[in-house]
Amino acid sequence: MTQIGSNAGTVSSGGVTPPEASFLDLETLSKSFFGVTVLDRVSLALTAGKVHALLGENGAGKSTLINLLSGIHKPDGGSLRLDGETVELTGPNDAQKRGISTIHQEFSLFPDLTVSETIFAGRLPVNRFGLVDWRRIARQTTEVMQQLGAEIAPGRRVADLSIAEQQLVEIGRALTLKSRLIIMDEPTASLTPREVDRLKAAVRALTAEGVAILFVSHRLEEVKEIADSFTVLRDGVVVASGDIADATIDDLVRWMVGRELLEEDRHHAASKLGAVVLDVEGLKSRPRSARSASVEGVSFSVRAGEIVGLAGLVGAGRTEIARLIFGADPIGGGSIRLNGEAYRPKGPGDAIAAGVALVPEDRKQQSLFPSLAISENFAAAGGVPAGPLGILRRKAEKGAFQHFRDRLKLRSAGADAPIATLSGGNQQKVVLARWLELKPRLLIVDEPTRGVDIGAKADLHRLLRELAADGVAILLISSDLPEVLALSDRILTLRAGLLTGELAGRDADEESLMRLMTLPKAAA
Amino acid sequence: MSLVPSPSVAPAPSLARPRSTHALALLARFAPLIFLLLLMALFTFLAPRFLSSPNLFNILRQVSIFGIVAVGMTFVILTRGIDLSIGALIALTGLVAAVVAKGGIPGRLELTAGGAPFAWYWAALAAIVVGGVAGALQGVFVARLSVPAFVVTLGGMTIFRGLALIIGNGGPISGFDESFGWWGRGMVGAVPVPVIVFLVVVVIAGFVLHSTRYGRSVYAIGSNPEAARLCGLNVNRTLVSVYALTGLCAGLGGFLLASRLNSAEAVAGNQYELNVIAAVVIGGTSLYGGAGSIAGTVIGTLLIGVLLNGLVILNVSPYVQQLLIGAIIVGAVTFDIFIKKYKR
Repeated sequence: MTQIGSNAGTVSSGGVTPPEASFLDLETLSKSFFGVTVLDRVSLALTAGKVHALLGENGAGKSTLINLLSGIHKPDGGSLRLDGETVELTGPNDAQKRGISTIHQEFSLFPDLTVSETIFAGRLPVNRFGLVDWRRIARQTTEVMQQLGAEIAPGRRVADLSIAEQQLVEIGRALTLKSRLIIMDEPTASLTPREVDRLKAAVRALTAEGVAILFVSHRLEEVKEIADSFTVLRDGVVVASGDIADATIDDLVRWMVGRELLEEDRHHAASKLGAVVLDVEGLKSRPRSARSASVEGVSFSVRAGEIVGLAGLVGAGRTEIARLIFGADPIGGGSIRLNGEAYRPKGPGDAIAAGVALVPEDRKQQSLFPSLAISENFAAAGGVPAGPLGILRRKAEKGAFQHFRDRLKLRSAGADAPIATLSGGNQQKVVLARWLELKPRLLIVDEPTRGVDIGAKADLHRLLRELAADGVAILLISSDLPEVLALSDRILTLRAGLLTGELAGRDADEESLMRLMTLPKAAA
Repeated sequence: MSLVPSPSVAPAPSLARPRSTHALALLARFAPLIFLLLLMALFTFLAPRFLSSPNLFNILRQVSIFGIVAVGMTFVILTRGIDLSIGALIALTGLVAAVVAKGGIPGRLELTAGGAPFAWYWAALAAIVVGGVAGALQGVFVARLSVPAFVVTLGGMTIFRGLALIIGNGGPISGFDESFGWWGRGMVGAVPVPVIVFLVVVVIAGFVLHSTRYGRSVYAIGSNPEAARLCGLNVNRTLVSVYALTGLCAGLGGFLLASRLNSAEAVAGNQYELNVIAAVVIGGTSLYGGAGSIAGTVIGTLLIGVLLNGLVILNVSPYVQQLLIGAIIVGAVTFDIFIKKYKR
């Protein structure tokens, strides 16, 4: 167990050196962007057949480290040693040739190709006539997927697979590339518990083959279970590393955030609930393509000051309900009452005017304006009303943003900096601020802390509680069950577009929720 | 297990950026301007009369019409769109202005009893309205029906050119009164009138784009249309409006061109779309939408004007001119992409 003060910035190996020779050694790697040091003399060793967990809040430098290892960025200082030899990765292809594959958070798959075409993309084997040997490809694909414990037909279109299956295909591709190190960046972020189990099995299959794995995750329970050793980064410096068996989850959290997290007080008093804000009756979506989830008639209500959690597996229709209420998709049937009045939004503009706000699930695709500044992203929904003739009040916008910056503990460069300079957690805070500035009466948050580090997550949770205390009605959608349990006054479970149960927050636990989410109503 | 407590101070980010990336960012931002100044220096060196004030005003006069349209095109390209129809629309609206100014088409159509001419402002208004409506129609196809802008405006280009040919019946309509001609050929002091019109359009458009809610929605829609919709912005209406705006600009350009040439014909404005799109793109507006400025478009416009003028002064063949403009467009975009890559 090695422990290092971050100000020292040096790694003392603490006397414990792994007996096996490592496949890849990172020695005092440093990297800075625009003069800001992102990684400061980071060292770690990756061993064949072992899983090494890389932990840290967003912005701690994990992504940069991954990019250095996968050849996307070049280090400013330090060196990489592969099998004891110093190497310089010239690019992603070079890294791949040397046996390093990366499964990124956002997949690099070609949606229109089949599973086997994806696995062999760029190196389709040919027969003696120079034609593509499809039979061999299909056979090898099946073999690889079986090795990973997955049954995915080689001829299926990647776009038709679930995210978990797509991930396994990517891992399969890494395997056939004869990778010796596979970097997995947040592989379980959007997986269901069952899919996580399958991924764990795949990881075990890989390590049995002698593959080294660098596993990046925010889910510490999984890390404890999967990893052999770990490194915690904070502000670009290694603050702790060692055998995972020697560290408790509380230790890991403390190292990551650098402070004790307050024991989350689980439920707030239900006494201060106000009038019914949202009342949904038999809500249905319009029939759409078979691939998107549908809402088949749900009824529920949310009161002022109440946080109602909506739990369900991916595809159960949670996001679809949110989009119907927000006017983002056309309503197929049923009715909605808002503050006691009939409400049928024709578009998000109507919803916003009625005091409804939605923080959508996919930050990058649905929330952020990549080419605009932080303050412009903040003001995009018109939280700060423009003056006469629609003339923007940029000063007022920046003032309003400043207020949130303090309230949300937002760490950022100036408000004029591009949004891309922020970490995921801070971007999410900007998005939330955008909606809070509109002072909504109903706030719908869809996966509010996905891909967000623990510190920012705690900030966001605190904020949601404060909002509820201020009388905002909150509908919380999350795949993170502990999050739903920690925040909700009431939890609704959803399966295949129908509500399957309702639990008071204090009576619920993960098991009971999971049962309601996975079983048909009758069986529950 | 004990952890050596680490001080909770965040590492102070050094404020000074490394000089190389800083310089690169600056270079990227001012590249069009630097290139413009270099080009002017080169032409001055090769042909000293290039820098004379009559020639400089001449350049301004030459660029003012397509510069006006380039301002409109900036809005379209900011939303990830493109408008190929503007050259044809300039011809069509020029003819509309001519027909109104003449009170009809001699021998074919009389708008008033006896074919009495209308005043210049009716002619200008007709051209601008026709341009705006034509643009808005294309915008409806792009926004509501999701037909790619490239296809819609390619069709529009042919349709408008066809309409112009029908109206002009193959020949020019020429000979307008003094007040009509003043807009294209007149001077205020030493400054040609179209240059003043261009400046007014630039100032208004620059203000709208930078300082109004509408301008921001144009950027937002180009940057991320789905996020813009979920922010309650009216994406369709804004998209229609940018094509309508470009149409208005083309109508104004058509009127000014007819006025300057004292004649309107169906082949006018041929290949204007090339220069206009080039000016916008060279000026740094991203074809991927969401980034760019009117100031950049003005510099891009001047760059093309200087290039064309300088090449004429140096007696370079018009064929070679086309070749150079094409090369510069590709060069400018390549440079932009290269810089973006390198900055990361």
